[in-house]
Amino acid sequence: MMGRHSIVSTMDLTAEESAMLRGERGEALRLSMSILARLGRLYGAARLVPIALAHVDACLFHQEAWLEFAERLVAGGARVAVPTTLNVGARDQARWREMRTPQALAEKSRRLEECYAAMGCRPTWTCAPYQDEETLPRFGEHCAIAESNAIAFANTVLGARSERYGDFVDIAAAVAGRVPLFGLHTDEGRRGEIVLRLRDLPPEVFDDESFYPVLGYAAGAVAGSRVPVIVGFPPGVRATRDRLKAFCAAIASSGAIGLAHVVGVTPEAPSLEAALGGAVAPETRPIDLRDLRRVRRGLSTTSRKTFELLCLGSPHFSVEETRRLVAALAGRRIHASITAWVFTSRAVREAIAASGDLALLEESGVRVFTDTCAVVTSLSGWKFRTMMTNSAKFAHYAWPTSGLEVVFARLEDCVESSVEGKVVFGREELWRDS
Amino acid sequence: MARLVGTPVCPGRGEGLALKSATPLSFWGGVSLADGVVTDRATGLAGTSVSGRVLLFPASRGSSSSTGFLVELVRRGLAPAAIVNVRTEPIVALGSIVAQELYGRSVPIVTISEADYAAIRTGDRLAVDGDAGTVEVDARRDA
Repeated sequence: MMGRHSIVSTMDLTAEESAMLRGERGEALRLSMSILARLGRLYGAARLVPIALAHVDACLFHQEAWLEFAERLVAGGARVAVPTTLNVGARDQARWREMRTPQALAEKSRRLEECYAAMGCRPTWTCAPYQDEETLPRFGEHCAIAESNAIAFANTVLGARSERYGDFVDIAAAVAGRVPLFGLHTDEGRRGEIVLRLRDLPPEVFDDESFYPVLGYAAGAVAGSRVPVIVGFPPGVRATRDRLKAFCAAIASSGAIGLAHVVGVTPEAPSLEAALGGAVAPETRPIDLRDLRRVRRGLSTTSRKTFELLCLGSPHFSVEETRRLVAALAGRRIHASITAWVFTSRAVREAIAASGDLALLEESGVRVFTDTCAVVTSLSGWKFRTMMTNSAKFAHYAWPTSGLEVVFARLEDCVESSVEGKVVFGREELWRDS
Repeated sequence: MARLVGTPVCPGRGEGLALKSATPLSFWGGVSLADGVVTDRATGLAGTSVSGRVLLFPASRGSSSSTGFLVELVRRGLAPAAIVNVRTEPIVALGSIVAQELYGRSVPIVTISEADYAAIRTGDRLAVDGDAGTVEVDARRDA
């Protein structure tokens, strides 16, 4: 991270990299290398390192700059040098009319989609590329990942190495096949910088699905942009991929967090000492049940009992999560006043179509969309006021991006409320101040 | 008039009235592209435009789309005159770098110490030098 002690430095480039930078390998490689070299110098990188894969967020159309950048690369002859997956876009490419995506936005998105196809990216269109075994980064591999939840998951859960890349440098790295060696790419940059000690949590909290996004949201707010080490998970906790996914998405929403160590759970944290890389913890902060209750309450922005939109799948739903949703619905129909949306990847949608779960969800009145999600597209064709969700990331972004109030609850309560047509809470004893 | 010496992050000079966030800021979901107005309620700045101001936030947070939002603010002529942070993340610095490549205009960025950061108030007149890494502060006079 850029702090007051960092210096703007020079960086060693190979002969090939220098040729790219001089424009001798075409305009696309010059532009890409120029961005990477400036970034590397800024953050004191000694050199560039090859990457195994890239995950690109710049394919999501927001405004003209996104299109102008992509068209500049395509015109310059850009082709990705490594396997490259694509994050969500601004529309479900097959069902955008059903989502009432405005025609103008759909058209802009289509042009951007074509640019990234022309550069040779895989049309995955998902914010959870790590749910597909084919595009899973391996332990220790350098990659260039943009999309904050995917960065946090790859670093934290898989032990792959990606800095917190953003739009444009992601595709620049994919085209050049390299990133600067700095930050989370280095052993030093992966050391824990603040210890968050869970204090006096009742054991049943670890079995509550909503604990994981709430803990992530609490930890991100405290850690800010420091690598946190979380201590206090009891042995034997079932830290499933879905739970860690919810944790990572939340911690990367409330904080600028690309990596968190959870002692006893994540691969680089067999012990506190290992997570700190032998250094002394500069700061330790407790997190207790009262803190978590306060954070959980804060994820809901309204105490309104009415809502219009059930929104699930940020990050994109897994096969297992759709299974839990089907089980919670138990064949019942969503109330006529509620619109119920699940967002997932094309691969997961295909898998649940084959298993029969997709048909069960559709019979219950749940629509399953791919390629996008509610907070990255336009909802101007709808009159939603309030969203109910089990996702801390949806809860975080619903107001600023879509102007929606939020009711945060565990999946089972989201389902009961959607069947009833009004907000109802089940077992909330754990989360109420006594 | 005080002259603070920090660290240069992105080159260029910018002057304007300070607009200081109480919390880390994400450009995505934090600032409207229509008019440059802050929408993130936690910052304490909601409803105020960042355009032409020297925008101060201690650090960034959240989304990877922040880079693009800063580039788009530059494209539309709505960008802050300069940015001052305690820690500048790559996601923010890259916005300035890419804006320079695409539109030939970057946003000067300087980091300063937490103590210096704490001393600046919204409404102070600031002159930021992104090459030297300095911030000149002309404190506002309260009525």
